[in-house]
Parts: sequence; structure tokens; C-alpha cells
Amino acid sequence: MTAPDAGELRRLTRELLAAHPPATTGRTDFLKARFDAGLAWVHYPVGLGGLDAPRSLQPVVDAELAAANAPDNDPRRIGIGLGMAAPTILGFGTDEQKQRFLKPLWAGEEVWCQLFSEPGAGSDLAALGTRAVRDGESWVVDGQKVWTSSAHVARWAILIARTDPDVPKHRGISYFICDMTDPGVEVRPLRQITGEAEFNEVFLTGVRIPDSRRLGPVGEGWKVAQTTLMNERVSIGGARIPREGGMIGPVARTWRERPGLRTPDLHQRLLTLWVEAEVARLTGERLRQQLVAGQPGPEGSGMKLAFARLNQEISGLEVELLGDEGLLYSDWTMRRPELVDFTGRDAGYRYLRSKGNSIEGGTSEVLLNIVAERVLGLPAEPRNDKDVAWKDLSR
Amino acid sequence: MTAQTAVGQAPDLLYSEAEEDLRAAVRSLLADRADAPSVIARTESDTPYDPRLWTALATGIGAAGLLVPEELGGQGATHREAAVVLEELGRSVAPAPYLTSSVVATETLLALGAQDGPVAGLLAQLAEGRKVAVLAVPFSAASAGTPAATGSLDATLGPIADAAAADVLLVPTADGLHAVATDAPGVRVEPLVPLDLTRPLATVALTGATGTRLADAGASARAVDRGLLAGAGLLASEQLGLAEWCLTETVRHTRERHQFNRPVGSFQSLKHRMAQLWLEVVSARAAARNAADALATGSPDTPLAVAVAQAYCSKVAVHAAEECVQLHGGIGMTWEHPAHLYLKRAKADATAYGTAGRHRETVAALMELPAP
Repeated sequence: MTAPDAGELRRLTRELLAAHPPATTGRTDFLKARFDAGLAWVHYPVGLGGLDAPRSLQPVVDAELAAANAPDNDPRRIGIGLGMAAPTILGFGTDEQKQRFLKPLWAGEEVWCQLFSEPGAGSDLAALGTRAVRDGESWVVDGQKVWTSSAHVARWAILIARTDPDVPKHRGISYFICDMTDPGVEVRPLRQITGEAEFNEVFLTGVRIPDSRRLGPVGEGWKVAQTTLMNERVSIGGARIPREGGMIGPVARTWRERPGLRTPDLHQRLLTLWVEAEVARLTGERLRQQLVAGQPGPEGSGMKLAFARLNQEISGLEVELLGDEGLLYSDWTMRRPELVDFTGRDAGYRYLRSKGNSIEGGTSEVLLNIVAERVLGLPAEPRNDKDVAWKDLSR
Repeated sequence: MTAQTAVGQAPDLLYSEAEEDLRAAVRSLLADRADAPSVIARTESDTPYDPRLWTALATGIGAAGLLVPEELGGQGATHREAAVVLEELGRSVAPAPYLTSSVVATETLLALGAQDGPVAGLLAQLAEGRKVAVLAVPFSAASAGTPAATGSLDATLGPIADAAAADVLLVPTADGLHAVATDAPGVRVEPLVPLDLTRPLATVALTGATGTRLADAGASARAVDRGLLAGAGLLASEQLGLAEWCLTETVRHTRERHQFNRPVGSFQSLKHRMAQLWLEVVSARAAARNAADALATGSPDTPLAVAVAQAYCSKVAVHAAEECVQLHGGIGMTWEHPAHLYLKRAKADATAYGTAGRHRETVAALMELPAP
């Protein structure tokens, strides 16, 4: 069978819509039917939610479904599963793993989280110290992870742990699928700068993971993790947004509706940021067009940097613009939100939460290094940890 | 809020194959005829323009007539193609009256909508590269709020960019738009000492000059406005090309230059600055392409697209050129290294066709974000 083209995908999408009318089909049922039709992620193999079609054709399907008001899985809610776990399982999983995990992941029946970062291994992720020790057909895992969003609702986690401390840090890591319902897994809310606990700390004590839930060969978990991280960055900033669709929107509305708040200084800053937000939107649109044309550019690595800085500057301006109101905060109660809400809450919340935008998913400083070395081809920083066994590193 | 709702059709922000072919042709011509040493040598001579380069670009490649329809003797292409030519000209900072004659003067004449007569005749000559025309308004004039027309053909105007290369001046007066030959009696073009050595400026002194009246006052004002809008919109592509050259050369230099027993490009403080600049350059590309595409398609979004591109790209070009000088260290301050040509061009471009602040005011008006 040859890969379907845009016309064929359009036809198949309409067939799906006819067989499962969105108005009368439950959300989960529709998503499962979409998976079975191969229209979940068209570039995946037949039988695993795809049709072996070019990835660039996914927007064809998405546009048809959006036009028909079909339910979509909320990427904010299951982003880690969709954006990170799924491509990694596809790339490195066994057939059995693919069959078991991809469909419930896609349909949002099972939420995933990511057990990567540790208190002592953030940007230097490969320095991680969580241990996994082989015991027969299982691995016994002990350690602590941090910044784990969705851990309190997740059924599964992608986990990297050290399986060999005697080799340099990148070489002794293995990659596992961890069952979050295992009794050795303890999830504790991590209260943040905003007052709420969107993230968690996860303590792993004698967690037994069957060897059948390992992804990729023993000791090659870093390579597997690269796939996960690369996909994480691709999934950020790929969506099409309308003019004033981001954080600049609420500020511009406030400016229009409340002339009494305007000052010359705020006007200059607002216009500069408005222009930058519009240019960032266009840059994202250009990146999207490149993807559709099958010529992905390296711009993606830069988009997160741009949005992090813009979100911080715009929300900072918004707090000032609001004057006395900006001195107030809606609610410091510790809550456990299921979704990150960048536009629904007040300016103070946006200001504080956006501080995380330049840290989460790779700090801006590390991303600048990546752009400099991989896009511009600048020489790497000298490194003194490459040939040293992990256990001999100073920490 | 018209500008906000006029986003229906997404702009095409990529380059077509034909555009890439055109780029290759222009780039190879400029590599042959306008490398850095010859550009520097020309800026120090009495003849800043290279007539052979202009003929090859304007006539050989047909770049001068890109905006002119075929029935008027041009190539019948669009602003998207002209923008690609300007990217390459920005990359080489070659002195060539392309932006002023083939874009601004040409677009002004096109806006008059003439199918025959003197306007069509002049357009054909510009399209074939046989004549060069410039609009006789200060180079800093922005489209939003067209500059006051001079009262008559008795006036001293300037600074006018590329006037020294021009055969014809397009002079807007209270009475309409006039085509005045630079060699006509009563016309004196006096070169000024420009900050940007690669885009000569001159004062034009008219004392009882005569010319051909091309349009009445109303049509003249609208046409000049359109010419300046196209100029500002495509200047963004020149600024993009300039910034790209600066980034590429800076990366090249810092990879090769060793200090403290390391290539200086391996130091994080420098890497971050270049990575930041790269991000600005890719963003400038999206903004500049958006403006070129809006001009080409006649989108109702054009005034906003142009204002956004200018408000953004001016800063990027200056930043890139300033970083280029700084990160080249001492050699960046020398006359021999071309970095200074780029800094001078970038800084002058930031005033050309309206400053960034001026274009932000346009954004404020179009997006209903008024000043206090």
C-alpha cells in the first residue's frame, strides 16, 4: 500500500466523521475510533494510530476535524504522553509495549508524566542519581524526582535511572516505563511561587519495574531520552495562533477599555512588545509553513526562547498597567490545577507563572547553547565530565 | 478593528523556487562585482556607483523591472521577488539605486495607474534599467503622514538618497507630481557627506526648474504614500540581508579567532549573544516576508505588516551590525574590514522611510492602542 496523499486523508477523515458523528459520539469513543482509523498521528504505522503518511499531512486531518467540531484530546492535559512518551515508545518500544500503551495514551484514558529531573540534576540531566538495580526479571528503583507535572493524576511515567555508576554519566543510564500505582511511588505536591502546586516531587522507594517495561537497551537510556527531549521541544510552539492570541491579548484589551490607566512610558513599552509578539507569531507561522512544506527549519529551537522572554515582559508590563489592582492577587490558597492556565487567571499569576517559562523544558541559557552549537556551529564549551565515571564526579 | 480581523488568508512566508533562483543569480553577480574590497574602494572614489554592476543587475538579470507589469515593459513579478533582490543587496551593501529607483520611484509611478503617456514611458525606461529615478522627498520620510509637498519647483530638498545616480527626479509639489530631469536647467544635485557611505545622499536645489507634470495633487499624494509604503516594507528585506551577513561573518570570525587557547566562539557569553542574534534574524525574516507578501498580494493588512516589519527589522539590523563590530574585536574598528560599512548602512536604514518609533505609532493607530 502506498502512503495516502492529502486527498485520501481528507476522504478518510470524512468517512470517520460520517461513521462517528461528533455531535452524538462520546469524546473517548471518538478518539478511539480516530486512532483505529489511523488518523490520530498519520505518520505512525498502520495499526498504531497512523497510516505511514508524511507527518506534514497531519494538518490536513486536523483542519477537517476542527471544521467539523470534532473532540480533540486536550494537549495541555496529556501533553507529556502525546508529545514525549508516544514518540519514544514508537521509536524504542517493543511491539507489545506499542500495542499496550499507545491507544489509551492517545485517547486520554491514561495520563503520563515524566520522571527525569532530580534535585541535583536539572540542566545537567545526565548527572542524575536515581538508581535502578537489576534483580532477576525486575529492576529495583530508588531515588527522588522533581518538577513532575501531572504526577498526581498520572497512570504511567517515563523514567530514566542510573543502571551503571562505574561508567561516564551519559553511558550508565537506562530508560523505563514506571507504574505510578506501585506502592513504592510517593507523590508529594510541590508548592510554587504562584501559591499552587502544579508540580510534584516523586519519591521512589524500592519500586519494582519488570524488565519488560524497559525502553531500549540497558545503558543506552540517554540516547532514548534524547528522542523524548527533542520531541518535547518540537511540541512547544507548533500551533497556529491568531493575532493577539497570546499574553499580549489581555494587555491590549485592558489598554483599549481603560484609558485612565495609560501613561506615555507604558504606551512605548506596550507597542514594542505588541510588535515583538506579532513578529513571534509570524515566526511561528513561518515555522509551521516550513513543516507543512516538508522543510523543517531550526527555528523551532528558538521559539521557546522567544515566547519565554515575551511572556515575562508582557505579564510584567500588565501588572504595572493595572496600577492599584496590580498590587492585589486573586488567591494564594494552595490548589492542584490539572491544567496550566496562562490566560484565564489574573495578571499577577501570569507574571509569577511565566518566570517558569525560561526554566521548564530546558532553561533559556541551555537552549542558547544548543542554538549556538547545533544551529550556528560554534565550538562546544570545554568539558571535564566526559570521561569520568559517574561515581567519581564531584558533587 | 479592521486590521485585526483581516487575517483570513494566511500570508505565504516561504520562498518559492523561482525566488531562490533569482537570489542565486543576484548573489553570484554581487560576489563577482561587489565584493567588500571593491565596495570600500568605490566609496572612496568620485564614482560610488558601478555602472556595469547596475546594468548587469537591472538589465541583465531584469531586476529593475520586477514590479512593472509586462505590458509596461517590466518583468511582471511582485514585491516578493524584489524583496529577495534587496536581501542580497543588503548582504553586500553594494551601492546601487535599487530600493530608491526600482522600488520607491517605480511604485510611485505605478500607483498613478497610467497605461500610456509620460508615466508609462518613464516606467518602461526604469524597468529596462535605462534610466534611474528617485523620489525627491527626504530619505527619512515615512508613508503614514506623507511629507509636505514643496510649493513649487523652486525649492531645496534633501537629503535625497541616490539622487547622484538619478536621471529623473520625481518631485511632489502642491500642484502635483513632476518628473524633472537632473540635467535640466535650474536643477543642481549637490552631494552630501553621508553617514552611510554605500548609499550616497544629495541635496537637490531647484531654481525655476521645469519638468513634466505627471499627476494632480491628490493623485500625487496617494502615489507618494504608496511608494514610501513599498519602500519601507521592502527595506525590511534589505535589513534582513544585512543582519544575516553580520551574523554569518561574526560566527565565522569567532570560530577562527583564538584567545586564551580557545576559539573565542566557544565562550558562553559570546555564544549566547550570537544565538540571541540568530533568533532575531529568523524573526526578522518572518516579519520581512510578511510585509513583502502583503505588498505583493495587495492585502488589506499591508500597512500593519509594513509597520511591524519596520518597527522590528530596523532594530535587528543595527543590533547585528553593532554585535559584528564588537565581536570582531579590534579588527571590527578598522577601515579595512567591511563591518563598518554594515554598521553605517544599518544605522542609516533605521531612519530611512521612518524610524521604528514612527512605525510603532502607525501600529498604535491601526490596532487602536492610542497614546494617553
